[in-house]
Amino acid sequence: MPQNIPLEYYLALSAIMFVIGAAGVVTRRNAIIIFMCIEMMLNAVNLTLVSFSSYLGDASGQMFVFFVMAVAAAEAAVGLAIVLSLFRSSQTVYVDEVNLMKW
Amino acid sequence: MSLHVIMFSLLAILAIATGVLLVTRRNPVSAAVSLILHFFALSGLYLTLNAQFLAAVQILVYAGAIMVLVVFVIMLLNLGKEQNLRENFNPRTAITIAMSAALIMQLVLTFTGNPTGKNQLSAASEKIGSPAEIGNILFSTYIFPFEAISLLLLVAVVGSIILAKRTVDK
Repeated sequence: MPQNIPLEYYLALSAIMFVIGAAGVVTRRNAIIIFMCIEMMLNAVNLTLVSFSSYLGDASGQMFVFFVMAVAAAEAAVGLAIVLSLFRSSQTVYVDEVNLMKW
Repeated sequence: MSLHVIMFSLLAILAIATGVLLVTRRNPVSAAVSLILHFFALSGLYLTLNAQFLAAVQILVYAGAIMVLVVFVIMLLNLGKEQNLRENFNPRTAITIAMSAALIMQLVLTFTGNPTGKNQLSAASEKIGSPAEIGNILFSTYIFPFEAISLLLLVAVVGSIILAKRTVDK
C-alpha cells in the first residue's frame, strides 16, 4: 500500500466507472435506466477533471465540472420530459419497443 | 497507511459496487437508490481531492435535484420490473462484457502506462477547491460561460414544460 495516492489511481477508477456506465447504456432497455447510466458516465469524466485539477493545482478543471453539472441538470429535465411524453404516446419506456422514427 | 489511502479505497469500492448494482438491478427504484449512493461516494472522492465546493454541489444537484426528478418520473410511470433482462445468456450480453473488459484494459493502460509522477495533491489544491476561490474565478474569467449556462437552463426549463404538458383539447 502506498502512502499517497498517485494520480493514475483516480484516472483508472474513473475509467472503470465510465465503462460500467457505457455497458449499462448498451445492455439495458429501460429508457430511465439508460438515462441514469449516462449520468454515471458524466460523473466519471467529472472525477477525471477534478483529479487533474487538484494534482496540477489549476482551478479550470473544477470550473469545467461546474458547467458539466449545470448541463447535466438541463439534460435531466429535458430527457425525463421526453420519457414522459413518450410514455404518454406509446405506453412504453423500453427503447426497443419504440419505433416512432423508423421509416 | 494514511487516511487519504483508506478513504480512497473505501470510496472507490463503494463507487464501483453501486455502479455495478445500477447496471444489474431489474427494478428501476433500486437502480435509482444505488445511483444515489454512487453520487455520495463520488462526493466523498471529491473531498479526498480537496474540492469541497464541488462535493457540496454534487450532493445538492445530483442527489438532491436530479435523482428526485428521476424517482418522481419512475413513480409517475408506475414501472414494474424489467422483463427478460437476462433471458438466459444472450450473445449481446457476452459481447458487451467482452467489449467492456477490453475498453477498461485500454483506458487503464493509457492512463497508467506513462506515469505522470504526480504522487500527491498539489499544495495549491486546498485553496482552489474552496467556495471563495471558485466564486472568484467563476465571476471573473468564466463570467461569459456562466451567463450562457443560465440561459441554457432557462431554455431547458421552458422546453421540458412544453414537452411534458398534456396536449390541449381543441
